[in-house]
Amino acid sequence: MRRTVFPHKLLPWLLLAPQLAITLIFFYWPAGQAFRQSMLREDAFGLKSTFVGLANFRKVLGDPNYLNAVQVTAVFSALVALFAMAIALFLAVQAEKVIRGKGFYRTLMIWPYAVAPAIAGMLWLFMFNPSFGTLAWPLRQMGIHWNPLLDGDHAMILVVAAATWKQISYNFLFFVAGLQAIPRSLLEAAAIDGASRRHAFWTIVFPLLTPTTFFLLVVNTVYALFDTFGIIHAVTGGGPGKATETLVYKVYNDGFVNLIMGDSAAQSVILMIIVIALTAFQFRFIERRVHYG
Amino acid sequence: MARILLNDVRKSYAGNQVIHGIGIEIADGEFVVIVGPSGCGKSTLLRMVAGLEAISAGTIEIGGKVVNDLEPRQRDIAMVFQNYALYPHMSVRENMAYGLKIARMSKAEIAARVAKAATMLELEPYLDRKPRALSGGQRQRVAMGRALVREPAALLLDEPLSNLDAKLRVQMRLQIKEMHLRTGQTTLYVTHDQVEAMTLADRLIVMNKGVAEQIATPLEVYERPASEFVAGFIGSPAMNIFTVRAGDGGVTLPGDAVLPLPGVPRDGELRLGLRPEHLRLAQEGEAAIPVLLRSVERLGADAFGYGMIEGSEVPMVLRLPGTSRAERGDRIAVVPDPAHLHFFDPETGRRVEG
Repeated sequence: MRRTVFPHKLLPWLLLAPQLAITLIFFYWPAGQAFRQSMLREDAFGLKSTFVGLANFRKVLGDPNYLNAVQVTAVFSALVALFAMAIALFLAVQAEKVIRGKGFYRTLMIWPYAVAPAIAGMLWLFMFNPSFGTLAWPLRQMGIHWNPLLDGDHAMILVVAAATWKQISYNFLFFVAGLQAIPRSLLEAAAIDGASRRHAFWTIVFPLLTPTTFFLLVVNTVYALFDTFGIIHAVTGGGPGKATETLVYKVYNDGFVNLIMGDSAAQSVILMIIVIALTAFQFRFIERRVHYG
Repeated sequence: MARILLNDVRKSYAGNQVIHGIGIEIADGEFVVIVGPSGCGKSTLLRMVAGLEAISAGTIEIGGKVVNDLEPRQRDIAMVFQNYALYPHMSVRENMAYGLKIARMSKAEIAARVAKAATMLELEPYLDRKPRALSGGQRQRVAMGRALVREPAALLLDEPLSNLDAKLRVQMRLQIKEMHLRTGQTTLYVTHDQVEAMTLADRLIVMNKGVAEQIATPLEVYERPASEFVAGFIGSPAMNIFTVRAGDGGVTLPGDAVLPLPGVPRDGELRLGLRPEHLRLAQEGEAAIPVLLRSVERLGADAFGYGMIEGSEVPMVLRLPGTSRAERGDRIAVVPDPAHLHFFDPETGRRVEG
């Protein structure tokens, strides 16, 4: 790799400054605020706050609602990451086989990415709302009981579907690029070695895609944990009951709706720790199985 | 082990024919080299035998079985690719065992075959390495090993040496030759390098623009090239070929010198081919080809003189003794060896016999 030597000490800092400023203002400062706030308790009128140490954390971790949110988040994130990646990989492999209209097909696949999360949520709500949903009606005609407004599992299915649909485009794009980077001659060699297409996929293509897959795993986990707020907010609002209340949603609910700042801040700090730990885990243990060409 | 039969094999892409009917019978154990300039269709032909390209017309038989509609894996062939196509995530051992595992061979048999190939190719110390930790020559040997362990009916090699440096290429060339003698595998080998072609082949297919210009042993191709293209392509330095007017038991050279030649096949315009190594210096007063030298390359044992036939712009290459004192600007008279004259039709480019 080429090392660039700057003639000036100041120039590299100047070049880094915009990015550093953004990170400072939008990450370190709010994170610090959350950390400070998580140790404080405000009075009912928000006039003064007292230092309470780790009391907020104890309270949050002892709250059955919070543990429910942890469970909901785990299920939701695992399902979204799994489905979004599996479906995207399947579609990318199929797109490779398309000969005519490849570009058109790919463009169509990428569109959902341009839709804002809240709007994606509304789309799915309109389709599956039990009283006026375009697709809820045929479901009912087929004798399938369907009511995401009352049934927690149905609500979960609906938000998972919406969040997955939104993320497939992004994953698709990366998988297509990853597939294109695999030399054709490797597949030809495998074909001559006697491998069927399916066997070649699992023994050659899939292992060589692992850098892409690993990157997407990290990105999708973070997506499911944070970026799905808009979808949940639009589709279920965390309900029915607390069936689809994820950790991020609960942070929002407790802090901005119920105005329990201390609890909310403690939850954000915990969430931050969870994400850092999860990402570290992924890099430490899953990346070992990645083959970087 | 098997015979390969190509019967009027053709290939078209969207109505555009790129291989124009090639037929050859390759005997069991024969080493056939397909040689030609880039874009002549030689790799396409090989890939059609491998099953990686569809056959537009004609038939290909391997071991007495028409394979036109068979998948590559059903053809009992192995192939070495130009870029080796080693599986980057597998060790050398796994690379070689990949095909055997698919064939559901027993673990002991796989281990035995891999060990045998590794010994033959001197790959034992590298069996547990990944391809990226190997040098170009080692990778090439792994690719050979992967093809050989399967003991296929036919071995196909697509420019296997072209990514190696010159010294390694000579080494590997010898190794491939030796391996063929040892295994007796029917082999089809594609190259653009005429030295590889001449040294390795039992028989050559010289291809140009999708046509097999000549199918013959290397020596036949050298001694009796079937067309002007073959004559110019095989031999180094290339044959001197120029237009002459034949008549009265001799030819009129470019620049209007007249050279009496025996065995001129017919009167009229002809293309005359003379290899540099078949020209000798003329004696005093002998009818000869006058050449004006423009430069001399001294290689030690030999020297090559580059010039033009006097009174014309027709280039001539001469092979001179290494001790020659000839220099730029000299006028040298040379006489062709009458046993090595090549005449070609100026229209069709085909050889004209005397």
